[in-house]
Amino acid sequence: MQYALLIYGTEADIEDYSAETLDGYNAFTSHVRERGALKGGEALHPIATATTVRVRDGRTVTTDGPFAETKELLGGFYVVEATDLDEAIGYAALIPGAKTGSVEVRPIVDWADTGMGAPIDSASAV
Amino acid sequence: MGRHGDGRPDRLGQRRLTASDATTHEVVDRLFREEQGRAVATLIRVLGDFDLAEEAVQEAFITALETWPVRGIPANPGAWITTTARNRAIDRLRRRRRLVEKTAEIARETELEVTLEATLESIDPDESEDPMQIADDRLRLIFTCCHPALAVDARVALTLRTLGGLTTPEIARAFLVPEPTLAQRLVRAKKKIRDAGIPYRVPPADLLPERLDGVLQVLYLVFNEGYTASSGDALVRRDLSAEAIRLTRIVVALLPDEPEALGLLALMLLTDARREARTTADGALVLLDAQDRDRWDRGRIAEGETCIRRALEAARPGPYQVQAAIAAVHDEAATPADTDWAQIADLYRTLVRMTPTPVVQLNLAVAVAMSDGPAFGLAMMDGIAAIGELDAYPYLHAARGDLLRRLERWSEAETAYRRALGLTTNGPERTFLERRLTEVRARRGATGGNVA
Repeated sequence: MQYALLIYGTEADIEDYSAETLDGYNAFTSHVRERGALKGGEALHPIATATTVRVRDGRTVTTDGPFAETKELLGGFYVVEATDLDEAIGYAALIPGAKTGSVEVRPIVDWADTGMGAPIDSASAV
Repeated sequence: MGRHGDGRPDRLGQRRLTASDATTHEVVDRLFREEQGRAVATLIRVLGDFDLAEEAVQEAFITALETWPVRGIPANPGAWITTTARNRAIDRLRRRRRLVEKTAEIARETELEVTLEATLESIDPDESEDPMQIADDRLRLIFTCCHPALAVDARVALTLRTLGGLTTPEIARAFLVPEPTLAQRLVRAKKKIRDAGIPYRVPPADLLPERLDGVLQVLYLVFNEGYTASSGDALVRRDLSAEAIRLTRIVVALLPDEPEALGLLALMLLTDARREARTTADGALVLLDAQDRDRWDRGRIAEGETCIRRALEAARPGPYQVQAAIAAVHDEAATPADTDWAQIADLYRTLVRMTPTPVVQLNLAVAVAMSDGPAFGLAMMDGIAAIGELDAYPYLHAARGDLLRRLERWSEAETAYRRALGLTTNGPERTFLERRLTEVRARRGATGGNVA
């Protein structure tokens, strides 16, 4: 199964580019890559750069900022391959952000399992 | 009714059974409690599907009710149930597959189910009698049902439903939750197990301590809900406690090297031993020091003491072991006056170090009041009350009321009892507090002057 590991934290946590934090992320990335479990992942620019888009009555409404005002913001994510939730939790616990903020573990839908086609055929080409 | 019409064996040792036969129902009822968890556990291992497993096992029990009165009870009813449930699951898969074929669905699903069917057929009823295999299946299921990724209320409901064989209405009644809410809770939990990939296995050694805590917590919650009822049906509650003890026994049997599991079993047995003495015939609550100790279950106490002694030998103490030791000290006292309160206070001090919660501190204060005098206990309780975390906890106010009463501070005692009463919903506990309130009010009146 694949899991998204969504890393949440305060703005300060997310913008912490200290050498120690970066080393921690590099170590984690190498760890999952060496095990062949790394399927993807990105760091996101700070929340000040976020734009929220809604379409209402056919009109596109664009607003500054994240869609919800919360203290914990999404800072980045990994996608990993794991046999089960326990293994995914094990990976999540190794992410430096888990020590300051939190990591949400979300199973990724396997479209083959649902018997439906994937909504975008080219998604896997990314 | 004639001598042989009651379903008991007649002179020839044959059962005379009718469809409404009470004996068959008793056997099936008992078997359902004892065996359904095991049959479900085995089928879940093979199918990976809670619903299909539960439905198949339920059908097997219905079939038992229909056929046993006619054909007699099989020699090994447990194996019969597992085999029948397996066959029902195969039937269901075949039906489902025909449906899939008709609607010309993708072959993939069909393949999957053919594989499942083959695996199901491979369940050997004789092998399914292998105690190790049964034990493994059940233990796996307990850990799945109590996985920390599930909400605690969902863990409790799922454990009682799949392993305990309690029905959804029974669990709903026990926890005072509307039936649809509970049904929904179960559906969500099963969906999460499947979609989030919660494993069906006993956790590896590095995860075991953390996961075992979660399992023990669920079992303790179930026991407590059955022992200190927040309200409701006494019989259902007795069942809950019995179920918690039965499941804990399974965990202890399967993980004999875990002293906390043994400690929890000891705690349950030593507490449950006092159940009969805890209420009067009309349901009124009787506090520990007023209980008729002749009504305590000596067998349970002896078993509980053996368990706690064995647990302590491992020299890895934990909160359940300490609480069991406290219960044992109470149970050992022939009269309330013989209670070794100094030892109990020491044990609570140990417990406070392990789990420094205000409730444990309150219990320590009660023990100190008993060993050193009410004024010492009251000072500790006032400290706890000042923090405010237990404002809505009726037992804090009831315990303060009791110490104030013993210190003859009637007016303050009245206020404390009144607060406790305002927070208590349990019938027998309310009756008890009302009695105390009347008593301190009368004393306050009699001594005069001391009016708020």
